[in-house]
Amino acid sequence: MVTKWLERIMPRLVLAPTFVIALVFIHGFILLNAWLSFSSSNLMPKYDWAGFIQYERLFANERTAVAATNLFIFATLFILICLFLGLLMAILLDQRIRGEGVIRTIYLYPMALSFIVTGTAWKWILNPGLGFEKLMHDIGFETFQFDWLVNSEMAIYTVVIAGVWQSSGFVMALFLAGLRGIDESIIKAAQIDGASLPMIYRKIIIPGMRPVFFSAFIILAHIAIKSFDLVMALTGGGPGYSSDLPATFMYTFAFTRGQIGIGAASAMMMLMTVMAVIVPYLYSELRSQRHA
Amino acid sequence: MLNSGTICWNHVLGRAFIYLMLGAFALYYLIPLFVMVVTSLKPLDEIRSGNLLALPMQPTFEAWGIAWNSACTGVQCNGLQGYFYNSMIMVIPAMLISTLLGAMNGYVLTKWKFPGSNVVFSMLLVGCFIPFQVILLPMAKVLGMIGLAGSLPGLVMVHVIYGLAFTTLFFRNYYITIPDELINAARIDGASFWTTFFKIILPLSTPIIVVSTIWQFTQIWNDFLFGVIYSSGEQQPITVALNNLVNTSTGVKRYNVDMAGAIIAALPTLFVYVVAGKYFVRGLTAGSVKG
Repeated sequence: MVTKWLERIMPRLVLAPTFVIALVFIHGFILLNAWLSFSSSNLMPKYDWAGFIQYERLFANERTAVAATNLFIFATLFILICLFLGLLMAILLDQRIRGEGVIRTIYLYPMALSFIVTGTAWKWILNPGLGFEKLMHDIGFETFQFDWLVNSEMAIYTVVIAGVWQSSGFVMALFLAGLRGIDESIIKAAQIDGASLPMIYRKIIIPGMRPVFFSAFIILAHIAIKSFDLVMALTGGGPGYSSDLPATFMYTFAFTRGQIGIGAASAMMMLMTVMAVIVPYLYSELRSQRHA
Repeated sequence: MLNSGTICWNHVLGRAFIYLMLGAFALYYLIPLFVMVVTSLKPLDEIRSGNLLALPMQPTFEAWGIAWNSACTGVQCNGLQGYFYNSMIMVIPAMLISTLLGAMNGYVLTKWKFPGSNVVFSMLLVGCFIPFQVILLPMAKVLGMIGLAGSLPGLVMVHVIYGLAFTTLFFRNYYITIPDELINAARIDGASFWTTFFKIILPLSTPIIVVSTIWQFTQIWNDFLFGVIYSSGEQQPITVALNNLVNTSTGVKRYNVDMAGAIIAALPTLFVYVVAGKYFVRGLTAGSVKG
């Protein structure tokens, strides 16, 4: 009797811990963070109601605008360059290449590395005194200057360089999988009609990969908004706070400056940004699944 | 895909161009690794006099020894070895527990659905999308309350919790492709919930277990955000220690030690990737391109 009953509720029993985890550690925590963002918390978390003062402080802070502008610059360039390089490499690799496996592995290995490692490596390469700049001097370009890493106007672009290096191979893999999924017979038919290879790519294959573009965009946007490690390792947000992103801003205010309320409010803004990207995507995904 | 009727020369030129481009891209990806390795093998004066791409004239593993045994990560000067072991101690249980739970969840969510099970799944999926910044503060409070703040067990817990959404998603998407008839037949034969899981589902799960463990291994090993916030002192994972090593400002900057440290921190995931990367990419792309 008991075993029968146990057997019947077993699926619920198995899923119960996950339910509790999702309820408390995901949804409960989001609500708790939202509450903190409306409280008067500073050095210590307080659970009172202070209205929008933390958001007012957040938007009055000049670092907020820098972090938001940087996110815009970084995300736009990072996503566009990754999509472009990824697609280009995937198309090149799709031309029945000898040694495809080896080349693919080379393109993809940065993905296995932590952003901390990647940042450390690029910090050394971009080192104005000893790195790339010195290399150019040694091969004869004596006046060559490359000080982006320590130039507050340009530091955010070094983050783009390292980020693209790390993630473009992964986008290539997504596109390659998409290219391999396209119906060969359509391409054959176009060839018989006399369409050139570039034409076939432009008119048939690339438009046919719209879902892959979409997935890649979502993944890249998500990486861009969350980017934290790379900035910490490469520039530490500097010089000054010129290469701050919202993620490093949140860390600084919540954990090193003891401005918990502002930290919580900035995390809410990050959540909103991610939602603005993800929710329309999920919506269209669910809709297309229902129609299919 | 090339038309066999095209003029031979065009074809050869086209192929040459393609290989040239592919080679150029390969260089772009390889040069940073090359620079890391050669720099780590050079003595400091050679780094100052030579350039980035120059091969070491007197290769030495001295910097590796320093990075492993005696480099300073903040106040401590015991090298990276302790932190390397910390990461191992953290990653193995977190990877195993989250994969096991993910497998059981995926099994229930596809083969033993009950009213409300999809709600649980949707609730969990949110965890794949949120920026973790939004849970950092509450988690810090909870870890403090249960006495796990600043410790490796605390980090294991955090990684299990926030890895669960991904592992469940992997296993759910995989188990959907296993025909229900298989399960129903077993059920008619009187197989219980667990018998079916261990005798039928698990033996079929090898590919997705590989994907899940590799994903979790690289994610947890490479994590910095949770590590830098929820660990302290000698309980820090290697990514945090490497960042401290690189940013420790006392004395002469030893770039060769930095690079050796970076390679040490990268070796386990590189190893996993080279050995099993094929399956990982296959599973990952199947999961994210689909739909």
